[in-house]
Amino acid sequence: MKQIVVDPITRLEGHGKITLFLDDDGALANVYFQIPELRGFEKFLEGRPVEEAPRIVPRICGVCPACHHMASGKAVDAVYHVTPPPAARKLRELFFMGEYIHSHVAHFYALAAPDFVLGPGSDKAKRHVLGIVEKVGLEIGSKVLTFRKYGHEIMKLVGGKCQHPVYNVPGGVSRPLTEEQRREVERMARECVEFARFSLDLFGKVVLENPAYMDIITGPAYVLDVHDMGLVDAHNRVNFYDGRVRVKDTAGNEIALYEPNEYLENLAEHVESYTYLKFPYLKRFGWKGLVEGPESGVYRATPLSRLNVADGMATPLAQAEYERFFNTVGKPCKLVLATHWARLIELLYACERAVELACDPEITSPDVRTLPTRTPTEGVGIVEAQRGTLTHHYTTDEKGIIRKANLIVGTTNNHAAICMSIKKAAMALIERGKPVSEQLLNMIEMAFRAYDPCFSCATHCLPGHYPMEVTVKDSQGAVRQVLVRS
Amino acid sequence: MSKLKVAVYWAASCGGCDVAILDIHEKVLAVNEACEFFLWPIAMDFKYADVEALPDKHIDLTLFNGAIRNSENKHIAELLRRKSKVLVAFGSCAHTGGIPALANLYSKDQIFHRAYVESPSTVNPQGTLPQTATPVTEGELTIPTMFDHVYSLDQVVDVEYYVPGCPPNPERIWEVLFAVVSGATLPPPGSVIGAGERALCDSCGRKRTEDKRITGFNRVATTPLDPDICFLDQGLICLGPVTRDGCGQQCVKASNMPCRGCYGLPPGITDQGAKMIAAVASVIDAREPEDIRKIVATLPDQAGYYYRFSMSQSMLGRKKA
Amino acid sequence: MTNDPKIVAFLCHWCSYTGADLAGTSRIKYTPAVRIVRVMCSGRIEPSFVLKALKEGADGVLICGCHPGDCHYQEGNYKALRRFHMLKEMLGQFGLEGDRVRLEWVSASEGDRFAKLADSFTEEIRRLGPLAWKRVGNESERRVA
Ligand code: SF4
Ligand code: SF4
Ligand code: SF4
Ligand code: FES
Repeated sequence: MKQIVVDPITRLEGHGKITLFLDDDGALANVYFQIPELRGFEKFLEGRPVEEAPRIVPRICGVCPACHHMASGKAVDAVYHVTPPPAARKLRELFFMGEYIHSHVAHFYALAAPDFVLGPGSDKAKRHVLGIVEKVGLEIGSKVLTFRKYGHEIMKLVGGKCQHPVYNVPGGVSRPLTEEQRREVERMARECVEFARFSLDLFGKVVLENPAYMDIITGPAYVLDVHDMGLVDAHNRVNFYDGRVRVKDTAGNEIALYEPNEYLENLAEHVESYTYLKFPYLKRFGWKGLVEGPESGVYRATPLSRLNVADGMATPLAQAEYERFFNTVGKPCKLVLATHWARLIELLYACERAVELACDPEITSPDVRTLPTRTPTEGVGIVEAQRGTLTHHYTTDEKGIIRKANLIVGTTNNHAAICMSIKKAAMALIERGKPVSEQLLNMIEMAFRAYDPCFSCATHCLPGHYPMEVTVKDSQGAVRQVLVRS
Repeated sequence: MSKLKVAVYWAASCGGCDVAILDIHEKVLAVNEACEFFLWPIAMDFKYADVEALPDKHIDLTLFNGAIRNSENKHIAELLRRKSKVLVAFGSCAHTGGIPALANLYSKDQIFHRAYVESPSTVNPQGTLPQTATPVTEGELTIPTMFDHVYSLDQVVDVEYYVPGCPPNPERIWEVLFAVVSGATLPPPGSVIGAGERALCDSCGRKRTEDKRITGFNRVATTPLDPDICFLDQGLICLGPVTRDGCGQQCVKASNMPCRGCYGLPPGITDQGAKMIAAVASVIDAREPEDIRKIVATLPDQAGYYYRFSMSQSMLGRKKA
Repeated sequence: MTNDPKIVAFLCHWCSYTGADLAGTSRIKYTPAVRIVRVMCSGRIEPSFVLKALKEGADGVLICGCHPGDCHYQEGNYKALRRFHMLKEMLGQFGLEGDRVRLEWVSASEGDRFAKLADSFTEEIRRLGPLAWKRVGNESERRVA
């Protein structure tokens, strides 16, 4: 048996590791994806005052700290049985849109674009964002930096602190927005809308009009037939901050539409000893392993799934793009690589939504907090993190001290789907008896990169791309072949 | 001038420290000009083996973020120590344990039990727990061993400098990098760099009464937050007295929220929790044991407040389970 | 004896230390388990002194100051009292029995009382057993050198 260890972000980081086993004929026997770390937030939240949770949990992930801050803030509201005033609710959402802009811009340009703009077969050494700058011009390169920064600037203007926010307090937010700050947010958000449109145009020209790329996108290596999950508003349109969780099966039929406090009736998690990360699955189907199809419990919570479960987008430009998207790829769409396109549509929505909120007359209202008065008990908060539906669940004593905490975080939702996508890509490439080609690395990379996996913050970098190394070992463990992407 | 040889690494980290470095935005390009990177997992492509192959002390400057939580973190810390002239504990986690070190109030077994057995969404009738080595039909899979305790970087290897903050303020990061790149004389080893030399209170603009008298503590959860008055005066715990200046008052000023101490200890203090007890005790307005007890009862979770970011450095250990 | 408890006593100079001294000069017998540290006032005892004592191997810490109203510096013993109650609370969070730290008022003339107190506190600590906590994690996980 040959063993191939793909350390996508090098063994060094220890934030994700792929191992491929070949049988003696050189055919793929199995693929394992491992997460080598657990930090134990669910335990050490116990004993903390519940209002401190929104300040602690952002450290789960420094790439999407606002998602945790928001889900936690909502869970704490629920614990205290308090509803924030409308202005506070809108301010939170506006703050959150800042993070969506920051994160989606970074992901598309630093990660996805190198494959498409430059082409998967381009010179490896240039297949990163600086390579894009070279190809499309410095102007765009600096735009990317600018708009990524705008995301953070919006967060700072609205909530004071962007990296590990401290904005949410039970029943609202810690401070109102001034008119001066509001104007600045509006200006940046409007520019962001234009940049999002530009990015979609770029994607259209470079990818959609290129049959070679379309072949890759629609090729069998990148189809994954699993269920979809995402948050929707009252009209079943995509929403990141609030709403109900909608689940559609592989055929596109709604099979669940649940409130945050109903998550335990819908979700469960499976444990394997070879990885520190659990595998969430849909309870109604049960855990049947890493398998596709209508009977499997595996689901996906990504930009693609959010579009799949929704009936549309709540803003006009994004809605037009949504229609173009499904007219092109069909609904439900199971093409893993179409996730990049979906992400750009979400970016456009986030920018439009930021403008809407910044222009809302209520947004500068001084009434940003409803002080809790009831005895705290238990609460669940859900938001749509960039990388998947994020659930925080806290139970407290009557003083609001956390007794139990349960978290199902963004990327974890996609754990099973990522494993399966990696395996599929590998199977499409590894041919019996032939040596494993260097191209495998990029194919695998492309498969899991589509999920924008959070455990590899390598997805949010400038300049950046995954370093990769594949070691092919024979059954005695001797190294036969080393493939390096650099 | 030859380029500065730099490495950036994350151990038990949230990635936020790396994002903070990238948040020097346009200056990233300038840093890229002045530095040659030997390792920066978030941004660049270098391999473990490449670092191992380097001569000892080849890297001029390593910015190490994240706490030491498992065998792999420790292994890399040792490797980078060997290869680096200057090793910097970057960010609260590497500096004093950070948020991950709150886990030191619990044992590894308790943490595993909660995550893999007890959690209400977990279905695990066999009680399966992650194992360092797992045999599978095709061979064996390994993952690092999780430690029973979370350590700061200097508890496993020697460290030259500390850059505090969760994450460090990007402006400060730029100042530090700029100082090193421009060849400015560095402070003596063991120093904290990229931060102030006083307590946060000294630069906080909030109005405070010198002779505070508190007859009960309030909680952020149930108290309106006054934007101009010292939080301690409002009866709210604020770590300003025992926290180093340098973050730009991101919580106390920009966000109207009390400080939780991420910039670590100011000079001359050895234990944030012990010092905070002294600071808080001096504002309690009571002399009778019974009254004091009542007031202290309004202040839950002192350990979680005072050691929010510095549990690894607490003089207190955890009782053996 | 190896399982004899180690106790650190911080005594204020003006009352309690003098009291302990009196116990000595009056040849009142009391436990040798108590190591005395003299401080000017109980209010000068930083909580970090107590933590340091525990960290360095003490199984219990005794803090003694002047009786209420008698502090040479007026307010020092009240300050000590407030610190003591806070510290005791927090130590509990680390799994430490609150009784391992005790605060008592001992005047300069209470040599006998100090001796009894030292003995009874030692007995109490002996009953609790050695402070078997993980001081800084597991040695094998840490620095080898
Ligand atoms: S110090 Fe803060 S930002 Fe840096 S890795 Fe630790 S938790 Fe993340
Ligand atoms: S305690 Fe907090 S609010 Fe008060 S002065 Fe210090 S930093 Fe400012
Ligand atoms: S105010 Fe305190 S907790 Fe907030 S960033 Fe500054 S040092 Fe850190
Ligand atoms: S002098 Fe004895 S307690 Fe102050």
